[in-house]
Amino acid sequence: MSTPTLWLAAVLPAAPLLAGLLGLLLPPAPHHDRASARRSAVALGVAGAAVSLLAALALLVRVDAPVEASTTWIDLGGLRVTLGLRLDGVAVLVATAVTAVALAVQVYSIGYLRRGPHDDVDVDHRYPPYAAQLSLFTAAMLTVVVSGDLIMLLVGWEVMGVCSYLLIAHDRRLPEAPGAAVQAFLVTRVGDVGFLLGIALLGVGAGSFRIADVLAYDYGTGTLTAACLLLLAGVAGKSAQFPLHTWLPEAMAGPTPVSALIHAATMVAAGVYAVARLFPLFERAPAALAVLGVLAAITMLLGAFAATAQDDIKRVLAWSTVSQIGYMTGALAVGAPAAALFHLLTHAAFKALLFLAAGAVIHAVGTTLMSRMGGLRSAMPVTFWCTVVGLGALVGVPPLSGFWSKDGVLAAAEAVALDGAGPTAAWVGWLVWLAGLAGVAVTAWYATRLLLRTFLGATRTPLLRPHDPPALLRWPVLLLTVPAALLGLAAFAPWFADRLRVPGDDTGEAAELVHLAPNLILPFLLLLAGAGVAWAGWRRDPAADPARFLGPLRPVFARAFRLDDVQHTLVVRPAGALARVVRTGDELGVDGLVEGSGRAAVEVGGGLAALHRAALPRAAAGVLAGALLIGLAVALIGVTS
Amino acid sequence: MTFGQVLLVAVVAVPALGALATAVVPGDRAGRVVGTVAAAVTLLSALPLVGGDHGWFGYGPRPAVQPWHQLDLPWVPGLDLRFHLGVDGISWPLVVLTALLTLLCCAYTLWRVPPGGGSGRALVALLLVVEVGILGTFLALDLVLFFLFFEVVLLPMYAIIAGWGGADRRRAARKFALYTLFGSVLLLVGVYVVVAAAGTADLVALTGGAGLSRGTQLAAFTLLAIAFAVKSPLWPLHSWLPDAHTQAPTVGSVILAGVLLKMGTYGLIRIAVGVAPEGARWAAPVLGVLAVAAILIGGLVCLAQDDLKRLIAYSSVGHMGFVLLGVATLTATGIQAALIGNIAHGVITGLLFFLAGAVKDRAHTGSLAELSGLRETAPRLAGLLGFAAVASLGLPGLAGFWGEAFAVVAAVQRGGPLWLTLAGLAALGGALTAAYFLRLLRRVTHGRPSPAVAGLAPGLAGAELTAWAPLVLLALAVGLAPALVLSYASGPVEALLGVVP
Repeated sequence: MSTPTLWLAAVLPAAPLLAGLLGLLLPPAPHHDRASARRSAVALGVAGAAVSLLAALALLVRVDAPVEASTTWIDLGGLRVTLGLRLDGVAVLVATAVTAVALAVQVYSIGYLRRGPHDDVDVDHRYPPYAAQLSLFTAAMLTVVVSGDLIMLLVGWEVMGVCSYLLIAHDRRLPEAPGAAVQAFLVTRVGDVGFLLGIALLGVGAGSFRIADVLAYDYGTGTLTAACLLLLAGVAGKSAQFPLHTWLPEAMAGPTPVSALIHAATMVAAGVYAVARLFPLFERAPAALAVLGVLAAITMLLGAFAATAQDDIKRVLAWSTVSQIGYMTGALAVGAPAAALFHLLTHAAFKALLFLAAGAVIHAVGTTLMSRMGGLRSAMPVTFWCTVVGLGALVGVPPLSGFWSKDGVLAAAEAVALDGAGPTAAWVGWLVWLAGLAGVAVTAWYATRLLLRTFLGATRTPLLRPHDPPALLRWPVLLLTVPAALLGLAAFAPWFADRLRVPGDDTGEAAELVHLAPNLILPFLLLLAGAGVAWAGWRRDPAADPARFLGPLRPVFARAFRLDDVQHTLVVRPAGALARVVRTGDELGVDGLVEGSGRAAVEVGGGLAALHRAALPRAAAGVLAGALLIGLAVALIGVTS
Repeated sequence: MTFGQVLLVAVVAVPALGALATAVVPGDRAGRVVGTVAAAVTLLSALPLVGGDHGWFGYGPRPAVQPWHQLDLPWVPGLDLRFHLGVDGISWPLVVLTALLTLLCCAYTLWRVPPGGGSGRALVALLLVVEVGILGTFLALDLVLFFLFFEVVLLPMYAIIAGWGGADRRRAARKFALYTLFGSVLLLVGVYVVVAAAGTADLVALTGGAGLSRGTQLAAFTLLAIAFAVKSPLWPLHSWLPDAHTQAPTVGSVILAGVLLKMGTYGLIRIAVGVAPEGARWAAPVLGVLAVAAILIGGLVCLAQDDLKRLIAYSSVGHMGFVLLGVATLTATGIQAALIGNIAHGVITGLLFFLAGAVKDRAHTGSLAELSGLRETAPRLAGLLGFAAVASLGLPGLAGFWGEAFAVVAAVQRGGPLWLTLAGLAALGGALTAAYFLRLLRRVTHGRPSPAVAGLAPGLAGAELTAWAPLVLLALAVGLAPALVLSYASGPVEALLGVVP
């Protein structure tokens, strides 16, 4: 390991961290000198992300073999927590994706969070804290990416959660935003209960939280399976996998650039990345992989079906994110971390592109509802073509990026299903493969619907004069189309494929990223079928929503099988009721005993005092009676002694 | 006398003399200034205590308590009482925290005296007397001396609550005094059980059991643990705390939550576990179960709470539950988690009470139903409240994380069905903590400003920033560099656990 490499790796999270901390010190209030504070915030945010991106690119050139360096952070009674870096090809590639999207979003936000034509007069976007929180988020994600220690990873993991919370609640005009923010943080935090316990099991076993030590330690099967399952709870929370996925669609209350960065491209992929990082452990715990496979299959279809019936363009994309991350976790479950990471990278590119393009549309028409859009193609050609590229990549149109990466996932699942290759049982492979194939058709359907409803047909809000966005919004979108279109071809470059291989994954030739085989035709046919059905439905009546063909299923899909309500009924309301019962019990029971004993003492004292406050005749009688008693006692004792 | 011994005496004597001077100096403001200077000098004498002989280079087994500096003078020879002070890695961080919080409270009082009470300088003098008691408790290496200092705190704190508190202050102050006095009675009995059986009150000699029989140790641990559980407080002996914290003036709440509770946990580690290790081993499962009950019940009560200060007060019950869980594991990891949890809770809850006081002073209400939209009118105050809440819910990277996460890790380390269950429930309690703090933030900071909040001025006073900035920085610094608190603790903790069977 060389010192410059380490310095670059340290700069990666440190630059945005510094930018974020400084940005928090800028005056947040609208009453202050707003323009200069905004300028400083813009400069800090963009500089932090740009420095980080440069460091990531430099590392991309430098790092070919894994690099590891650590120093003791704190030793707690024999358990060593280290402050360490662990760099390999995967980490550097993911770091590049994160920093690139972060820079795009920082630039995009400058234009997006400015008072637009549809905003009322008192809109104030409080830009300094917003940009600072984006920077802090970037730093946290990069900490997760480069961390060589589980506790340090947990630090980044949870700081991301808090930044996500803060940014979702950013828009003061949306009454639902604070609630959505709380839900996002709490649901992921519940998953993190498992994550912390899993880390504790691993760390206590190995006597150290360093990832290298943990991977090298030989755990018993029971401990390992338990630890992996517990980790999966955290992964499900962060990566919005069933049953902890409910927060992600609600998180769309956050500003669109935030959705692009956090809720599409990076943070939600952190769970996938964490599993890939610890994959040698999961490989030895097939039970955990099987659970992951089941969750992945459910999530893929659940997300895809929920996306079919949404009217809010951001929610379509959110559910599509849920579904696509299901493909990644499915790839992990069938023992193909390289395929999962490849899809992570292409998804980061095309989903960030889609969200930013959707942001341009929302910016132009002032609503997120597709029922009030339509016919935007002629007015916004740049946005239209960028969206076409993004949606093409999402559904897997060759040769766009998503085609290659999704194919990699499906091929890996197929290999497990048909040949029984890999660490999991064949039925897990079947499950992931079939769900994945079905997902391809549904994805093609909802993507086509989104494109048709938004950009084609007649405009449904004729008063608007939409236009392509200004340069600050346009350039990030345009630049993101490049990786969204072409990143898939990188899989043919050996240096890229080698870097994506998780260390310890020595399957060699078998782990090729792309598979040019005849069975590529199957998902492609499904794609055509899905897109064709949506198009045919739209052709019949271009003004109506193709979702009407869902019939009675439409409201069920629109509310995502009402799992949100299930969660509310089974967890939120009982917890609230229990809290009220416990509070009453604590106040009346525990404290009532204390107060009661106090009152009893006062009453007993009062009673005794009342006895002493007797009127003269009774008092005199009492005194005489006492004297008599004493006299008797003396006499008796005197007699006996 | 060595330099270290001079410092030890100074740490106890300066605030005592300062309290006296504050009381006799003519003029209210002059008195407050004198008191603040005394608190600053105390902090300056507490800091260099760290420079001393840290290692154990002698021959033979390492003693269970090995102070960096100590001062051992005969006090009442007829009763064999000694004035024995000392400091080591377990007590030093608490000493510094106490000195720091007292200084911040005195400085805050320089700017604002709580209305409705007596003079400001009387408040400062009482704060200094409380400081004498707390510092003495942390420094005492003689059991009887420990008890005396422990009791010194009680009456001035009573006076602070009853003199400068809220509407229902007299009842709360009385409850506080009587309830903790009940704990003190048990402490007194426990102390005399130990002293009578062992024939010495010297903690250095007593630590490790000093040949006490198993029966004596069990009895002594029970008495001492209940006494400290009242102070900490451990559920179900906590019900004095919400009333006292809610009614106390801001500075009173800060001292109460910040350091006064720590006398209980410190006593549990240093005295109860040290003097009766067999008793500790015997009672550990009960202590662990109660600690987790405190975490869960504290969290649930907070979730249904509708007053800002009361919610923060109850959150202490849950946080101290994590500290006690760490102690109950009787592992080096657990005790170190308890030590850093102590410090983190002092810093963060101190800050939370400062902020809650500021909100209440401005909006004239602490009811969550009447507070809303703080970030619209007072964004900096709302931001700080958010920071403190996030720190308090144990965000990794901030101070609160280490104590809570590693109490859970220590329980996992103990292993076995009981402790694994406790670890799981405690971790769930962590999620509960997040739930009630987010509910608090959602009510207070988000949404449209309520009438009570609408007229707030956005700025913060310089004195407020001065008082809060050190706590904000410490919450961040301890989170990023836990070694600040723990680097000197591992030796003493290993030594202490060396005597636990």
